[in-house]
Amino acid sequence: MSTGTIARYNFAYLDEQTKRMIRRAILKGIAIPGYQVPFASREMPMPYGWGTGGVQVTASVIGPGDVLKVIDQGADDTTNAVSIRAFFQKVAEVAVTTHTGEATIIQTRHRIPEKPLQEGQILVYQVPIPEPLRFLEPRETETRKMHALEEYGLMHVKLYEDIAKHGHIATTYAYPVKVEGRYVMDPSPTPKFDNPKMHMSPALQLFGAGREKRIYAIPPYTRVESLDFEDHPFEIQKFDQPCALCGGTDVYLDEVILDDRGGRMFVCSDTDHCEERREAGHTGHMSEEAAQ
Amino acid sequence: MTTSRSGDEPLLKVSSVSKYYGTRIGCENVSFELWPGEVLAVVGESGSGKTTLLNCLSTRLMPTSGTVSYRMRDGIFRDLYRMSEAERRFLMRTDWGFVHQNPADGLRMTVSAGANVGERLMAIGDRHYGNIRATASDWLGRVEIPGDRIDDEPRAFSGGMRQRLQIARNLVTGPRLVFMDEPTGGLDVSVQARLLDLLRGLVHDMGLAAIVVTHDLAVARLLSHRMIVMKDGHVVETGLTDRILDDPHAPYTQLLVSSILQV
Repeated sequence: MSTGTIARYNFAYLDEQTKRMIRRAILKGIAIPGYQVPFASREMPMPYGWGTGGVQVTASVIGPGDVLKVIDQGADDTTNAVSIRAFFQKVAEVAVTTHTGEATIIQTRHRIPEKPLQEGQILVYQVPIPEPLRFLEPRETETRKMHALEEYGLMHVKLYEDIAKHGHIATTYAYPVKVEGRYVMDPSPTPKFDNPKMHMSPALQLFGAGREKRIYAIPPYTRVESLDFEDHPFEIQKFDQPCALCGGTDVYLDEVILDDRGGRMFVCSDTDHCEERREAGHTGHMSEEAAQ
Repeated sequence: MTTSRSGDEPLLKVSSVSKYYGTRIGCENVSFELWPGEVLAVVGESGSGKTTLLNCLSTRLMPTSGTVSYRMRDGIFRDLYRMSEAERRFLMRTDWGFVHQNPADGLRMTVSAGANVGERLMAIGDRHYGNIRATASDWLGRVEIPGDRIDDEPRAFSGGMRQRLQIARNLVTGPRLVFMDEPTGGLDVSVQARLLDLLRGLVHDMGLAAIVVTHDLAVARLLSHRMIVMKDGHVVETGLTDRILDDPHAPYTQLLVSSILQV
């Protein structure tokens, strides 16, 4: 910690009483998988929508020995990821990494890393709107009652609407899941491509919504099933070409516009995964090796 | 066995139901029984406690005193206010229907007509899109909504169509009891007539029991078998609809019947 005459931060920014409060909420969340636990969310030195919920969860579980990775849309080098990583370097002096395999805590905004998570790792999600029923039922009193009584017919109304309008389930992100056969949960704005990775994951998954003041959790090895219809089963996105840089298939791709004449490329959204593959010698049709 | 017994026992037993708003009376000491397949009209002027009574019966408002018991599908009477909230809500979306005066209160205005009808099916566990849609389409036909409007939102529907959609949404699970609060209020007379015709047919075909709250005696005449006349929270007269309308006994009922404009 820095020395000086001005007030000093506690380790990981939050004071110990606040961390205890948040840890209690996290423990309750782990005990009731998928249940949204209210907590007294604090003001953080960043605006709502930038990951205040995730930052508070990370601050409450991080220790001096942890290695932190922060991703935004799968990338380690975008503004949100860089600033949150710098924040924890400053207030907790923890080691940081961009390698999924080396991290003990991964805070994410949208993606679950492509590399399978291991036991002992914690994945912290930044959640904008934790309530999966919100857009169909605006009353909080009513949605809490629906969760309590397991009245989830409304969730299928949303999927019905998708099929009626688009011919298939067109929800591509924040795709509702049922956790351990009980609570319907919004997996935050992750693409549905990542939903199967949540199922029986060895890692602990924690979700923090700062503005909405909710924390929820999926303990390791928990059933996470995406909702669907018998005649319209759940499907993840498919891409008809591999990553342009590493040639990876079965990964989530970002479309990058190259010029104003229709030029575009599809690259791995998980930058760490892409780099590791290229170091291992994999190439795509637009990688430097291919250009030479 | 149940069919022979079902005619012998009432569906709903209401005894001494009272609801007070502070010291004011909402309704006081109302008792009656409703039989399977019977349509009961509750009539009276504004503020006479009709809607309070309806809400007390349909578990939307806890009465101050008195009991309401309902014969479940297994033939056993249950006191509605001693059931758990989960059981009450399940009853409301399976065995009961509630048709609001304003269709916007009973419909989801931002989802399509098909999903509005299908919601109850999905709520009781139907997970086959094709079946849900086929049932919804069938019900839209039965309430005379063109099949090509299945994917339109109720916002795009006329008042009469919205009310018919609300009826379809309530009847899709084959309920045994439907509550209706001024089902034809706010509709013009020709639309009212069609709606009443439709309701009468559906009630008859499905053997529905219904409690219809209305201030319109013509609605009561067309739909109901029996009537309850209310004034200032009290029941002033009960009896067969034709008897009450043709030969009213209580002074208030006489006033009410004679105040209808004869065209």
